[in-house]
Amino acid sequence: MDKALRFRNFKSLFFKGLVIALTALATVPLLLILFYIFRQGISAISWSFLTDLPKPVGETGGGVFNALIGTLLIILIAAILAIPFGISIAVYLKENPKTKIAYWTSLCVDVLQGIPSIVIGIVIYLWVVKPMGGFSAVSGSIALAFMMLPSIIRSAEETLKLIPESLKEASLALGVPYYRTMLRVILPAGLSGIMNGVILGVARIAGETAPLLFTAFGNPFTNYNLMKPMETLPHIIFNYATSPYEDWHRLAWGASFVLISFILVLNILTKIAERKWKVQF
Amino acid sequence: MELLSLKSTNRKIWLERVFRRTLLSQAIFFVVLLLAIGVTLVMHSLPSIKALGFGFVYGKDWDPVSDEYGALPFLIGTLITSFLALLISVPFSLAIGLFLGEYFPKGPVSAVVKNMFELLAGIPSVIYGFWGIFVLVPIMRDIEMKAHVPPVGVGILTASLILSIMVMPYSASLIRQVITMVPSNLKEAAYSLGATKFEVIRKVVLPNIRSGLFAGVLLSLGRALGETMAVTMLIGNTHIIPTGIFSTGNTMASVIANEFTEATGDVYFSTLIEMGLLLFIVTTIINMIGRRIIKRFSNG
Repeated sequence: MDKALRFRNFKSLFFKGLVIALTALATVPLLLILFYIFRQGISAISWSFLTDLPKPVGETGGGVFNALIGTLLIILIAAILAIPFGISIAVYLKENPKTKIAYWTSLCVDVLQGIPSIVIGIVIYLWVVKPMGGFSAVSGSIALAFMMLPSIIRSAEETLKLIPESLKEASLALGVPYYRTMLRVILPAGLSGIMNGVILGVARIAGETAPLLFTAFGNPFTNYNLMKPMETLPHIIFNYATSPYEDWHRLAWGASFVLISFILVLNILTKIAERKWKVQF
Repeated sequence: MELLSLKSTNRKIWLERVFRRTLLSQAIFFVVLLLAIGVTLVMHSLPSIKALGFGFVYGKDWDPVSDEYGALPFLIGTLITSFLALLISVPFSLAIGLFLGEYFPKGPVSAVVKNMFELLAGIPSVIYGFWGIFVLVPIMRDIEMKAHVPPVGVGILTASLILSIMVMPYSASLIRQVITMVPSNLKEAAYSLGATKFEVIRKVVLPNIRSGLFAGVLLSLGRALGETMAVTMLIGNTHIIPTGIFSTGNTMASVIANEFTEATGDVYFSTLIEMGLLLFIVTTIINMIGRRIIKRFSNG
């Protein structure tokens, strides 16, 4: 092999090595973060961590029961608000792809995806919190519903596009009305993809903190009333992480561990759903 | 009997119309909601726009107690942290994009790496901030000691580092997406002429994805500009124009997060909303341009 060729080959190999090295280096923060949270978090987790309320400064022990319940309730209400709305928008986009309204709707989905969550927080504060006269869990849910809409709409739309037109035509040819075709044939056929989008959306909002600062606000006690402020896991992490107390840091590590595990499980669920019930025709 | 079936047919037609109208109205409602977000922000920014005008953008002092509202320090803080974060993360995300798009497009290695970055993208902002306080800040303090600057730990560089970790998976996945769209016959032609892998990447792949690369970086910039929690926890929250990368500072998003619920007085409250409006406008423009470029890529 002549010298120039060897040099070119060397350059190519060197570049490959560089790409692999940079990629490997980029995974280091992830491993570090997971390592820290698991190490600090597991020692904080106990039965009372999950069932007790946070103790005041100076007392050891305590848990994050209020935040756990709050996060679950707020996510649940957000999902109830966002899922039907998102799916009907997706059906509209799929059925009328060429209309002007579809163009604007699609554009708005992109815009919504890019709006910083803190701006959503401001808007919901002005729309809901101010007229209602105080912070409330339901305003937090509305803010989070906005945050999860894009992922529901996009994945539902993509899934519906994969379902062959012949399925719809067959149903219509049998005399099934359009709305029943949609609700009973097309949507069930695309259920897995839609579920996937919903789970992804939940994973996205589970850790959202910024919009909750002005809406759900936080609450040191367990609260089931949606019209009152409610504590959430991300919010408790923010408050306790920035506090100077050792004991509160321990609670924050534990809360981070619970939150990360929750998001991890959701991610794995979407992977399984993708593999098992992939829309295939 | 006939009458009955006619009735039921009519009912079905009526239901069908209702169904279609419902879908249409939902789509319209969604567009209206998005417009309303913009209108709300503008309306509630008006008191501040009227009282301060353009002074808001170039005023250097932020002191709500004496009614001084200059947002320049936060504008600069936002821009510096975001651009620094991109500067740090782009080489990495380009490498990850090439790794997944060119070197290992299939197989177990690619699956593992892909899942890892998806996981990284899923970690909430607040946990990045928390981890930053307890791991990154002490490291930064050591570095600052060696560099002979006040060892505060928090500051522009710390916030940018966390931001760069956070936007990396996002920009990497966009870059991978455009890399896989380079037509394979172009690459094969280059290979058949005897080009090495590096030469194919440099002379065929990269020139082909230039605009896509730009869009990927632009969209990540949009992400970085509005990122709130992690930055709030790590930037130091001082109302000064940053003097260097070790200096503390503040960004628009973190000022909103810190002061929104405590803002008293119409103008003060309204200035924070105006900052939200600025973020909204900038990220929306960035998103529309970026998405348009990416879409053109996937169609052509």
